[in-house]
Amino acid sequence: MKLNIALAQINTRLGDVPANLEKHLELTRQAQSSGADLIIFPELSLTGYSLQDLATTVAHHPEAEDIIFRPLLEASQKIDMVVGFVDEDNRHRFFIAAAYLSGGQVVHVHHKTYLPTYGLFDEGRFFAWGDAIRAFDTRFGRVGILICEDFWHASPPYLLWLDGADLFLLTSASPGRGISEQPTLDSARWVEQINRAYASLFTSFVAHSNRAGYEDGLNFWGGSTIYDPNGELLAKCPYHEEALLFTEIDLNQLHRTRARLPLLRDERTALLMHELQRILECDKKK
Amino acid sequence: MEPPMIDLTINTDLARKILTGFISSEITRAGYSRAVINLSGGLDSTLSCYLAAETMGAENVLALRLPYKTSTPDSLEHAQMVIDTLGVQTLTIPITEMVDPLIEHFPDMSRVRQGNIMARMRMIVLYDQSEAFHGLAVGTGNKTEILLGYTTLYGDAACAINPLGDLYKTQARQLARDMGIPAAIIDKAPSADLWIGQTDEGELGFTYAEVDQLLYLLVDQRYRPEDCVQAGFAESFVRAVVERVRRNHFKRVLPPIAKLSNRTVGYDFLYLRDWGT
Repeated sequence: MKLNIALAQINTRLGDVPANLEKHLELTRQAQSSGADLIIFPELSLTGYSLQDLATTVAHHPEAEDIIFRPLLEASQKIDMVVGFVDEDNRHRFFIAAAYLSGGQVVHVHHKTYLPTYGLFDEGRFFAWGDAIRAFDTRFGRVGILICEDFWHASPPYLLWLDGADLFLLTSASPGRGISEQPTLDSARWVEQINRAYASLFTSFVAHSNRAGYEDGLNFWGGSTIYDPNGELLAKCPYHEEALLFTEIDLNQLHRTRARLPLLRDERTALLMHELQRILECDKKK
Repeated sequence: MEPPMIDLTINTDLARKILTGFISSEITRAGYSRAVINLSGGLDSTLSCYLAAETMGAENVLALRLPYKTSTPDSLEHAQMVIDTLGVQTLTIPITEMVDPLIEHFPDMSRVRQGNIMARMRMIVLYDQSEAFHGLAVGTGNKTEILLGYTTLYGDAACAINPLGDLYKTQARQLARDMGIPAAIIDKAPSADLWIGQTDEGELGFTYAEVDQLLYLLVDQRYRPEDCVQAGFAESFVRAVVERVRRNHFKRVLPPIAKLSNRTVGYDFLYLRDWGT
């Protein structure tokens, strides 16, 4: 089975949801007319990243009645979509979120579970922590979504893998940092290393949609990628520029890679649980 | 023990791409399409001018030459060299007649006070031309001078955006070389040129090559002062630089506002400048 993925590596207007919505709809039309099955927008693609006190004013809830999600859901009749936004739940907690839309329905919403609050990051100050990591079924098989810092921790991708995800959809708004003699920033190399590692370790497809553009002095380095279950790079957007990149992935590669390398078959979850329990018990005694 | 050789080399193609993108983004989002720069003829202002011209087009950059009567002729000539090479717009406005009346009020005024007045007068002209030319004031301060506080608050430190503020002086020099800035500008002794014979390194008491390496360990690599001593830097040097960075922090932040209400600018009223753009 073939799946044509469009990586929408966009810049955003900070706090201007209607303007960002227009861009989403335009790129989605382009992707759909180019034959894409799924378009993936980066983290907080409808709002911009460094929201600070804007966080509570740009929030939306993904449902048909919502003024922003109504047109997105309409667009998802023809092409599946992953969009980034601020989700305000019915208790008025604000989450960094990504929604998977398909056939006019909200198929899945992921709330970012790890909020970096150190260095240049201040997410934990403004947002609530998500508390679920779940894979979900799509017309292309079982899929998992993670947002930026989520996949700097090894456990969320691992959990998604055990929960059945064969395709990891990773989104981020990664600020570029770390200049040296290398032709790429430290932050770009770090992310590429771990995404390739996840593809290899979990013998799965890993598609990463990152942002471009600037917010004040922060640059977002783009460089969105798709790795196949062998850890091979299938596609890569340019650094530091907006892009809409189409890549056809062959889901049958999962069969071929896992026939060669049955890591999933041999994964010893009972052993994991046993040892994890022991470690946590030990911690308690300390 | 010899200090270690720490490699501050950067990929200048990458730096150039990020910095020109930054200049373009910030000027455009502020609603402008032009830039104004105080061009002293030194390395930093020349580099800012090159980056701005490359980004916005030479015709959209106004380079100001603002000499005082004691400014070295080199400064004016080097600035002219940059203007001729890039083809940017230019104005030359001597500041002597604006500065001297205040200085003459105080016959025993120190050189530092006089220098600060010159730097602040240049800021006044820069911001006036910013309005007249409809261009955003592009700064020229590098990371070394920002960290050391080797700058006049509301003087040469004043700008709307600063493309060089995360480059150490030695890195700015490397970028300047790779951008084809004339060697005469790159190789001369860095100077604020506020009085005759002034040089940065003479006034600071150490070289940029030395202090950049130390600052890189302290700031970028998060070494503790004692780790820097262990790495080979003289303890007195480390202590002096750490203290200098601390003492000058007031130049790097906005003045603190006394909090009274439930929501106060700077504490819990937090927005980026790019808010809404």
